Amino acid sequence: MTSSNTNLSKQRRTRRAFRANNAYHAAGIAICLFFLAPFVITFLASFRHGTEARLPPMPPWPTNGISIDSYLSLDTFGAGIWQHTVNSLFVSVATVVLTVAVSLLAGYGFSRYRFPLKNVLFVLIIATLMIPFQSILTPLFIILAKLGLNNSLLGLTLVYVTLQLPFSVFMMRNAFDAVPKEIEEAARIDGARDLKLLVRVLLPLVLPGVATVAIFAFLNAWNEFLAALILLSSNEKYTLPVLMMAVRAGRLGAVNWGAVQAGVAVMTIPCLIVFLLLQRYYMRGLMAGAVK
Amino acid sequence: MTGTGSKALSPQRKRRRRSVWRGLVYIAPAMALVLLFFVMPVIFTGWMSLHNWPLMGGTHFIGFKNYVRMFHDARFMSALKFTAYYTVIVTIAIFAVAFPLAIFVEKQRRFVGAYRTIIFLPVVVGLATASLLWVWLANVDSGFIGPALKALGLLDKSPNLLARFDSAFLTIIIMVVWKIAGFTMIILLTGLQAIPAELTEAARIDGAGRWQRFRHLTLPLMRKTIALALIISVTGSILAFDQFYIMTSGGPQNRMISVVYYIFNQSFVSFNLGYGAALSIALLAILVAISIIQLWLLRVVEERL
Repeated sequence: MTSSNTNLSKQRRTRRAFRANNAYHAAGIAICLFFLAPFVITFLASFRHGTEARLPPMPPWPTNGISIDSYLSLDTFGAGIWQHTVNSLFVSVATVVLTVAVSLLAGYGFSRYRFPLKNVLFVLIIATLMIPFQSILTPLFIILAKLGLNNSLLGLTLVYVTLQLPFSVFMMRNAFDAVPKEIEEAARIDGARDLKLLVRVLLPLVLPGVATVAIFAFLNAWNEFLAALILLSSNEKYTLPVLMMAVRAGRLGAVNWGAVQAGVAVMTIPCLIVFLLLQRYYMRGLMAGAVK
Repeated sequence: MTGTGSKALSPQRKRRRRSVWRGLVYIAPAMALVLLFFVMPVIFTGWMSLHNWPLMGGTHFIGFKNYVRMFHDARFMSALKFTAYYTVIVTIAIFAVAFPLAIFVEKQRRFVGAYRTIIFLPVVVGLATASLLWVWLANVDSGFIGPALKALGLLDKSPNLLARFDSAFLTIIIMVVWKIAGFTMIILLTGLQAIPAELTEAARIDGAGRWQRFRHLTLPLMRKTIALALIISVTGSILAFDQFYIMTSGGPQNRMISVVYYIFNQSFVSFNLGYGAALSIALLAILVAISIIQLWLLRVVEERL
């Protein structure tokens, strides 16, 4: 009697847990749908036939077989989609390499050394975060021209690296702060010094921070468009977002929405791939940054 | 100082001096970039703001006339008002979505990792890309939202979402929430997870309800995280530009011109570089003031904990 009673209540409890669980995942799926749908719809729509793009928009997916018409029409803008993709890749990869190198050194310096005006200099770097780069674009253009770096992907890269520094130096300093000083002392006793100590001993320990810095640098450089629009003046130097402004503006008053969808896909897919590959590092690093 | 004392100190002092130089060498590349591409342009902006500075032709010093003009510029004032309005609404909207999401994905259970990842996906896409994507979704003829509403029979005619202020503003808010909520969610999640499980457990045993635990335990312990998320959201929103430029071109009736958009127009469309610089300085002052207030609040919070 008692045993069947407890059995019954246990059954009821598991049933309730089961129902709560189902409700939870139903909500989860609905939420995911909202966040995924715009991507999925655009990707699907980008594979419609050129003629379909001019037909009624419903349904948004290809009904007449898969076609790459939209991507081909995207290629007719600017200097060709391949050229602009290479430009974007160059700027993004160079930004990643330089940002990691510079912020690794600076983060180590700020974490481990004492020098005059240390806090002032650190705040100065962080303060970049408060200043909208949009407001200093004109002087930046003039300074880059003085350095012979106007209309150059390298000049744009240096600006991007500078824009990445407040976040990156902050991240790297926190990453080094989290490394116990004893490890460094032990390595020093073993004879590792300076750059060797930094690269061989400490770098593996701050790798999550480096991954975060790298992924943010890549995504921001890949996605940025206003500075590129103003600092790059010749057509063949344009990065993808700048090219897309021409596509968005359309020709003779008509916007080729197929090309817009294809461009969104081209700009989105590398971001998603980089993020999904490095997600573990990314989230861990982001959380470490937020906790500090 | 005695001879023996200085002898005993000197190797230590030498090491310290060497370490000072080494520290400065490590931060030198970062400092060089910040000085060249940040400090100098900011000072240059200040200098330009005191000049009448057209794109072509000579510049001449006009003192604070650009600033006087700014205070009488009704369009700048309305840009300020619009930006403040947008910042408040979008920050509330982001938190209203991100906080429940953070609680939703807090506990480790099946598929939670997938939910977190999917919610976060739009964050890694550029704001310009997202604006481009949504301008297509919201297009009246070839888009998705309007035609879908029509196909479902909810509306007789596909609405031109971006043509009216209210619907365009709502579309942009939804786009930004879609794009940013995952980021705010992750930040809030770190705060949630930093709360020791024993504390929540103890409160539960003491009979505190779910809302009571949230109000008196979770919120106070998350102050620092919330402040951080607020700083990012508010400063980001004040600098909003891409979405208005790409999605509505500042319309309808130029009612969606944010401060940065107005500065962009003055500097790069009308080429009043001097006046644009003065407006930039005003924007910097606003942002620095807000950041200082927020950092001060953050410190007060830290001292309390």
